[in-house]
Amino acid sequence: MSDIPESIPKPEQLGVIDQQLPRSDWMDTPVVFKHGSYCYSAKSKFMSYLDLPNPRDWSPMDKDWKLPNDWQRIIHEGLRERLSKYRSLKVFMDICVRCGACADKCHFFIGSGDPKNMPVLRAELLRSVYRKDFTTAGKILGKIAGARELTVDVLKEWYYYFYQCTECRRCSVFCPYGIDTAEITMLARELLNLVGLNIGWTIEPCANCFRTGNHLGIQPHGFADSIEFAVDELEEITGIRVDAPINKKGAEILFITPSADYFASPHYYTLLGYLALFHEIGLDYTWSTFASEGGNFGLFTSHEMIKRLNAKMYAEAKRLGVKWILGGECGHMWRVVHQYMDTMNGPADFLQEPVSPITGTRFENARSTKMVHITEFTSDLIRNNKLKLDPSRNNHWRATFHDSCNPARALGLFEEPRYVIRNVCNNFFEMPDNTIREQTFCCGSGAGLGNDENMEMRLRGGLPRANAVRHVHEKHGVNILLCMCAIDKATLPPLMEYWVPGVEVGGIHELVANALVLTGEKERTTDVRGEPLMKEEDTKDV
Amino acid sequence: MKIFLPLIAVLALVGIALAGVELANLQVFFGIVIPYAALAVFLGGLVYRVLKWARSPVPFRITLSCGQQKTHPWIKSSTLDNPHSTAGVIGRMALEILFFRSLFRNTRLELRKGPKLSYEWEKWLWLAALAFHYAFLMILLRHLRFFTVPVPFFVNALDQLDGFFQISVPALYLSDIILVAAATYLFLRRIVIPQIKYISLPADYFPLFLILGLATSGILMRYLLRVDVEAIKELTIGLAAFRPVVPAGIGSLFYVHLFLVSVLFAYFPFSKLMHLGGIFLSPTRNLANNNRMRRHINPWNYPVKVHTYDEYEEEFRDKMQAAGLPLEREASGDLKPAGLPLEKE
Ligand code: SF4
Ligand code: SF4
Repeated sequence: MSDIPESIPKPEQLGVIDQQLPRSDWMDTPVVFKHGSYCYSAKSKFMSYLDLPNPRDWSPMDKDWKLPNDWQRIIHEGLRERLSKYRSLKVFMDICVRCGACADKCHFFIGSGDPKNMPVLRAELLRSVYRKDFTTAGKILGKIAGARELTVDVLKEWYYYFYQCTECRRCSVFCPYGIDTAEITMLARELLNLVGLNIGWTIEPCANCFRTGNHLGIQPHGFADSIEFAVDELEEITGIRVDAPINKKGAEILFITPSADYFASPHYYTLLGYLALFHEIGLDYTWSTFASEGGNFGLFTSHEMIKRLNAKMYAEAKRLGVKWILGGECGHMWRVVHQYMDTMNGPADFLQEPVSPITGTRFENARSTKMVHITEFTSDLIRNNKLKLDPSRNNHWRATFHDSCNPARALGLFEEPRYVIRNVCNNFFEMPDNTIREQTFCCGSGAGLGNDENMEMRLRGGLPRANAVRHVHEKHGVNILLCMCAIDKATLPPLMEYWVPGVEVGGIHELVANALVLTGEKERTTDVRGEPLMKEEDTKDV
Repeated sequence: MKIFLPLIAVLALVGIALAGVELANLQVFFGIVIPYAALAVFLGGLVYRVLKWARSPVPFRITLSCGQQKTHPWIKSSTLDNPHSTAGVIGRMALEILFFRSLFRNTRLELRKGPKLSYEWEKWLWLAALAFHYAFLMILLRHLRFFTVPVPFFVNALDQLDGFFQISVPALYLSDIILVAAATYLFLRRIVIPQIKYISLPADYFPLFLILGLATSGILMRYLLRVDVEAIKELTIGLAAFRPVVPAGIGSLFYVHLFLVSVLFAYFPFSKLMHLGGIFLSPTRNLANNNRMRRHINPWNYPVKVHTYDEYEEEFRDKMQAAGLPLEREASGDLKPAGLPLEKE
């Protein structure tokens, strides 16, 4: 079964990247919506549910986008407001010198050759309008000063290109002034939101999340079933029946992970890892149905939406009376938790500074938010010898690690995941230096772009990542790409299938699940995927 | 168009100064009025722009982390690329401002058939930018010699250093050569690399031409068309002391030079050249990445509509009950579910 639709060109074709620039100036080159490279619009019922402006059913391919009559005024006012609220936006609008250092750093530019995917030009799409409306030179000199009128064509261009940025921040690593195109994209998307130009793949998850607590729209009983099912499955593999409390008041720790972990594959194997780990160390924790999602699609929509969706985490921690919160493997959830949660919805003074009940380690770096990342937690357990691990049970895996953009470039979480992997797996190989850590390449599908209608762009944008994986696949026989982000786990498999067949995708705690020796477990013959473990003899050959 | 317009503009500026002095005898205007006005615009503009930026708050701490965060004591954190303290932030900013650290990271993409990608370490832009800025600084400081009596020792020292290679009489300044070479490189880069040409605006060429014009007029004055340095110094010292006088016999070339400097100063605050001020204010680099350690306040934080647990339980009570999940309330209260329930498709 393939995730790649028939209509997508073959890798040999997609790999020929057209780097020809248009003859006309970029301001005079209107956007052409290419099939496979844009996102469908949000359905009105989801927008209405969230009280978002201008709910209606429309398609980007329509000539008439059914904009409100005074849409120019709305955007102008919106931009004015944001300039006064965000120094980042103001400074970033003014100080770019167009040196182009960021130009070939964006995976979408690399994979598509489309000049408007150069971060600097992506920002110029907004900057040109800013100049026209908010700078004297732009008002007087117009085009000579790089200013242009906000027309429907410009707005369409915004829609196409700002929903063609995964907000991965790679470009900003190289910018001499730290201009963060992701921040510009976020604010540009807010402006688009003001006139009702939203994409389906962010608004439906937001609405679901708002209503049911998770973006898949799973209702409480469905959630309970799913966890129950995982408990059964883990019992089959290990012979141990674990306890997985849900909505348990007074538990010490609330555990929140992206909802894909308990429904989608390969995320699911990571879930088995959490369950096994928490059982083995006897953690007093609880799941929550109300806060059954770590991922926050508000990050791809608006700051206000981030806050509305994120509020659940603290509210639920308070209701359940836990001491602190533990968070699972997720990318953008962690950007929100790390950079926004405490400011938006704190102070979390009803919680306590996180202390590992097993090792006594104080997580001082989470003193204020009271939320700890699972790899921080697990690496501490391993460091303190609290786990019995048999890494040889992962000998059938030759692993490499994909730094997910958000934990990498918003937290700087590099060593903990590597420490865990090295302790649970004997064969670990790094991808080339320019493609990992803060220079990591995006999966090509973050920020709400992981939808199927956008598949061609995803594959193009994912090319740099895939290229680096192919390098270690050919050189070291790598057969699994590990990551700690739910979007990665969803979108890297088709990417691998397309560019680097023969490489699976897995989570860090999946390999923990394989290696972890549970007290009283039966002899394991398969890993958590049901794949047979390598026998002693085979292991020696490797 | 994008290139010629700024070129013509700079040539026109040269023409204006020449005509003003040669034909209209506006020495006082070009020697005194314009420089003072330019300085006022520069200082006023600089303050205005920085204050304007600073008026907008930094609601969220969006530090860009380019190295390991501070967590466990047994994991080495990156104090400079992912600072968690003020000292680290100062270090990070100093590296950026003094050594252009981020540009130093620059790589160039190589795209080969296959497709195969590789990334080459690309240091020319970094080198040229660094050379350009330091040469500029050097020249600026060296010029202090025209505005001070006695000339401070460090200015003399710089002078010595800069003219270290006694190639010609007067000594050829290294900084002059470096500035012209680097600016030329930066200009050529803009017209040779198609992508960079595509993103360049007239506003990118104009300052380059202006600076090249400045450098050319300065070099011509010093090495070829010798001007009366004593007279110039009388004028500049007078300007610095706010007792301006215009001595006779200063060549027109000097007025061209001075006019271009004035234009550059006046243009500075309202252009991309303000990156000089902006780099200090960039929220991705000038904040410590201690978001989870310390609370950061958003001055305009406002309440938003959320979905409360009570509303949630109200909507799903029966299902939760059937699944044996704990409830806050056994029976329905008078809460209404928020909005229309959506059914899953
Ligand atoms: S690297 Fe920074 S300054 Fe240079 S073009 Fe990109 S955004 Fe502008
Ligand atoms: S944030 Fe990422 S996707 Fe967006 S422009 Fe920068 S590199 Fe490209």
